[in-house]
Amino acid sequence: MATPKNKSKPEIMITGAAGALAQQAIKRLREQYKIIAVDFREQVYLSDDIASYRIDVNKRGFEDIFRKHDIKAVVHLGRMIASEENRMRRYNSNVIGTHRLLDLCHKYHIGKVVILSTYHVYGANAYNPALIDESAPLKAAELTMDLIDSVELENLANIYLWRYPDLNITVLRPCNIVGPGVKNTISTLLSSQYTPVLAGFSPMMQFIHIDDMADAIALTVVKTKGGIYNVATDDWVAYQEALAASACRKIPIVSVPPVLPKMISSVLRLRSFPSYLINYFKYPVILDGTLFNTTFGFNPQYSLNEIFRYYRSMKT
Amino acid sequence: MKVRSLLKRTLVPKALDEQLNAIEKPVGTLGYDPWGFNVDTNKIAVALFKPIFEKYFRVEVNGIENVPAEGPVLLIGNHSGQLPIDGTLIAYALATRKQNPRLPRAMIERFFPTVPYLGNILNQMGGVLGDPVNCSKMLARNEAVIVFPEGIRGSGKLYRDRYQLKRFGNGFMHLSMQHNAPVVPVGVVGCEETIPAIANIAPLAKMLGIPYVPVALPLILPAKVILNFGEPMSFPSEECQEEEVTRRVDKVKEQISILIDKGLQQREGLF
Repeated sequence: MATPKNKSKPEIMITGAAGALAQQAIKRLREQYKIIAVDFREQVYLSDDIASYRIDVNKRGFEDIFRKHDIKAVVHLGRMIASEENRMRRYNSNVIGTHRLLDLCHKYHIGKVVILSTYHVYGANAYNPALIDESAPLKAAELTMDLIDSVELENLANIYLWRYPDLNITVLRPCNIVGPGVKNTISTLLSSQYTPVLAGFSPMMQFIHIDDMADAIALTVVKTKGGIYNVATDDWVAYQEALAASACRKIPIVSVPPVLPKMISSVLRLRSFPSYLINYFKYPVILDGTLFNTTFGFNPQYSLNEIFRYYRSMKT
Repeated sequence: MKVRSLLKRTLVPKALDEQLNAIEKPVGTLGYDPWGFNVDTNKIAVALFKPIFEKYFRVEVNGIENVPAEGPVLLIGNHSGQLPIDGTLIAYALATRKQNPRLPRAMIERFFPTVPYLGNILNQMGGVLGDPVNCSKMLARNEAVIVFPEGIRGSGKLYRDRYQLKRFGNGFMHLSMQHNAPVVPVGVVGCEETIPAIANIAPLAKMLGIPYVPVALPLILPAKVILNFGEPMSFPSEECQEEEVTRRVDKVKEQISILIDKGLQQREGLF
């Protein structure tokens, strides 16, 4: 769909536009920006004034969007999450696709790029300290090849961050994003009636409501401050307590030896409890979000109780 | 969680509940902090530990007023007794002191988080994975932190080596200097006799992936425990060479040694 260039508002491309988080971000940004929505899954209709494209970043035609529009900023939310597709397709989309997107951003002199990463990059390890800050090593690749794409995506963003400072790349590493419309692993688990847990393990977790996360993205777009930031709330809860608060019934899975739960997950093909994420239900990955909060003046609004009330209400 | 509420209602007397509520603790809306400390589990643990502290080990506490009422502080003690009983006793003593009680955090061995149930329970009671980043972040949040710089060298030592201080790591001194946190030395007497071990089956320990497997009686003996808290020690925060850091660590070690000798003299019998 071609749209004439609109000079009144700066144009902003948002990838992954069919996702719930992108749509919340669009709601917050459309007053100030002219939105260009992109998704490889479907062409999303948001309103007449929003140009929408269904296209894969890796396709040749993708560059035409940059040619047609005078894009000033790119918000790259179009990541395949770990439970989607196979490892190779995820790698192609998340790493090769992002590489291409960043190259195009450089070619078309984009002045602001926001990339959505994940706290998974830190890896869930028994020896993780709490309140991990942004300089901590990314150990996810130690755990499983299935998270390589997340770490590689960050490495790529880092290279562009120092090589092309004019892109003003901001990488966001959020904790568990949850709330209405979110279809990631943790949100699926909280929505379920019966939820697997590892017997004897209930790691501390952080949750951020989708609306708060959308606010965080909007803040990042408006305030141009490149860098890497954790996005997390200053509130913590044990996984099993989060499930109880969301009215989930726990199904304990034998946790030792460690190979057993991974085997059970693989054999039963538990999509919502994938074997490569098992360690995240065993050991904590608690982020320190102070840098983002102070840099961007971010203050999440939703409490844990409000978040879990939503999941409880789904079951009544 | 229902079990915890039930246990709390059954086991925690109202007076103790109010006493512990009065201690300021940086926890989130559901009673947890980032390291997994849980307000209610801690209360249950304190309530359960009361008879163990008062009747079983008949703990005698001296100089606990030396622990500052607020601000970051490191409680540095001698480690002994195979199990982390010493840390729990120090924590209980400080949580229940009459003036300005505090809920200190104890750094625990790195293998505990891998043990089902126990790892989480220790975290909820206030134990924290013994990692310098954790300790640093807690001091930055004005916590009182219990550290045993001997680590497993201390807790796993045999009965014949009792009250001989093993090598102290320098990590705690760096953290003390970095955060301007005073060091309160603690001499623990009695825990060496709780689980006297005559040997360590090292190959079995290696096979099981645990620090040591002591050859000892399968019970915890009711030895009388004496905790002597020394005067707070402050160290300049300017950077210095590692040799100087080691000298400062030795000063703390020397104080702990004096406090142990004092405790041994105070003790009238093993039990």
